[in-house]
Amino acid sequence: MSTTAENVIEISGLCKQFTTGRGRKRRTVRALDDVSLTVADGSCLAVVGESGSGKSTLARVLVGLERADAGEVVLAGRPVAQRPRRAERRARARDVQMVFQDPSGSLNRRRTVEAAIGEVLAAHHRVTGSDARRRIDDLLDQVGLRPAHARALPGELSGGQQQRVAIARALAAEPRVLVLDEAVAALDVSVQAQVLNLLAEIRRARRLTYLFITHDLSVVRQVSDEVVVMRRGQVVERGSTDQVLDHPRHPYTVLLRDSAPRPGWRPRLSINSDISSDTAEAEA
Amino acid sequence: MSAETLARPAARRRGGDLAVWLGPLGIAAAVIIALITLAALFAPLIATHDPDIGSVVQRYQGPSAEHLLGTDQSGRDLFSRLLYGARTSLFGAAVVVLLAGGGGAVLALVAAWFGRNVDAFLGRVLDLLFAFPNLLLAILAVAVFGTGLAQVTIALAISYVPYTARVLRSVALRERRLAYVQAAELQGLSGLVVSLRHILPNIVPQILTGAAINFGYAMIDLAALSFLGLGVQPPTADWGLMVSQGKDSLLQGYPQQSMLAGTCIVVAVAAFSVIGERLGGRKAGGRA
Ligand SMILES: Nc1ncnc2c1ncn2[C@@H]1O[C@H](COP(=O)(O)OP(=O)(O)OP(=O)(O)O)[C@@H](O)[C@H]1O
Ligand SMILES: [Mg+2]
Repeated sequence: MSTTAENVIEISGLCKQFTTGRGRKRRTVRALDDVSLTVADGSCLAVVGESGSGKSTLARVLVGLERADAGEVVLAGRPVAQRPRRAERRARARDVQMVFQDPSGSLNRRRTVEAAIGEVLAAHHRVTGSDARRRIDDLLDQVGLRPAHARALPGELSGGQQQRVAIARALAAEPRVLVLDEAVAALDVSVQAQVLNLLAEIRRARRLTYLFITHDLSVVRQVSDEVVVMRRGQVVERGSTDQVLDHPRHPYTVLLRDSAPRPGWRPRLSINSDISSDTAEAEA
Repeated sequence: MSAETLARPAARRRGGDLAVWLGPLGIAAAVIIALITLAALFAPLIATHDPDIGSVVQRYQGPSAEHLLGTDQSGRDLFSRLLYGARTSLFGAAVVVLLAGGGGAVLALVAAWFGRNVDAFLGRVLDLLFAFPNLLLAILAVAVFGTGLAQVTIALAISYVPYTARVLRSVALRERRLAYVQAAELQGLSGLVVSLRHILPNIVPQILTGAAINFGYAMIDLAALSFLGLGVQPPTADWGLMVSQGKDSLLQGYPQQSMLAGTCIVVAVAAFSVIGERLGGRKAGGRA
């Protein structure tokens, strides 16, 4: 692991609880339970774990969309404020951007691709008019779209195209870190592969740092150098991708790996019942 | 991924869809609204007489070539008065709907953007306003600020705000949770910009639906207030006021004025509620 100076993300002791319901239906969920991790500048860390393990919450706290109960996030050398002011949020936008899971929801359905990307360019780089047009075409080109797509509304694009636009919009702010929360989960497998390749290329070209969240282990090897495994809000294992996937140490990682569907995969009832008994025990 | 795939068939289909979606009743309602609006706009051109001047010798006349719908107790031309009455009736209701829609949208956006305590506080204030019946609030305003169209219009608008705000708040909250709003937040855009540029355009359909539904109610409430003598003041022509002024003639066997003005109110209100229902129905059916 790298030294502190090279870590663009440093997370320590992060805790976050959610309380839902009232009275007797009141329940508390520990979405993040003392999570600490670091991400080296220019690397890609994959965060894996089953549904509800706290991956999205980690991402949302990291980018500042959600407040942690305890713990600290240091991004690009500066602590992420709990109640950021406007100037702070603007400055933060150049540090970190996020790509969301749902491609259709992450674009404003009434604004064209051009307007969506142009807004970011105007806000952060004071680029407008024909300069902006050129930058927009550049960005679209980088994500594999054509200039003709600039005039399209999100509803006129496919899911894969929408996600490419969302990536282009995130890149427009020229952030150092890109948080991708299940960014390819909603796409079908061939489109998934295209977008993953695209993301790998972009990272290399721009020396970006990725926090890549997924519940799909088959995706992990394609994109990431390192993996952390999350379970019930805790990090249970961390290591290089090959090490974690080929020689997992934590039984939960083994379970995750063995229950991932792959070619020739047959459901094994024993594993499924393992998971459900495991979950039941957790809730008791 | 070619330019051809970017065509917009939805836009081309829109005209034909509209007629199908409205149905016969909806088309009739739209035509009625269009006619009333035209009548109000071009009243000075269409009217055959000055609506406020009559001669006592010509009172209570039946329909004739000179007076198409007859005259009232002061010998004023009823046809002309109905045309001008459309102006005050539509204008008052439009102002109510505009203010109520605008106020409701502002409250909804503020509640959705800040959430938590601000949302809870605004919810309480709206609950308090809900407790007052619309007309009571308007009558209260008249007691304080005096009679007149402006006073009752503003009072009614305030009493309508809770209704619009409640509906718009829930739609604005739904938008607020969508990823595009959070993406805009992450770009460092201010709450004002995100609310006005991103959320507002996406709740416009619901603002319009509310406006169409409230328009009918506002017309009835304003007519009722004018009928009670609190709103539009004589000699100005207004449908609600005309119903009230026709009361005495009614007893003397000349029901035209009250009946004609009453019919105008009923038909206009029905037309607006049909359109409002169509808009609301499409939203309810479109997504849930
Ligand atoms: N806003 C919220 N209110 C209440 N509970 C929440 C909220 N957000 C998350 N949770 C809870 O926190 C836990 C972690 O959720 P999170 O979305 O981080 O999981 P995840 O790992 O991203 O799951 P998935 O793979 O399904 O996206 C879950 O139990 C979830 O129900
Ligand atoms: Mg998630």
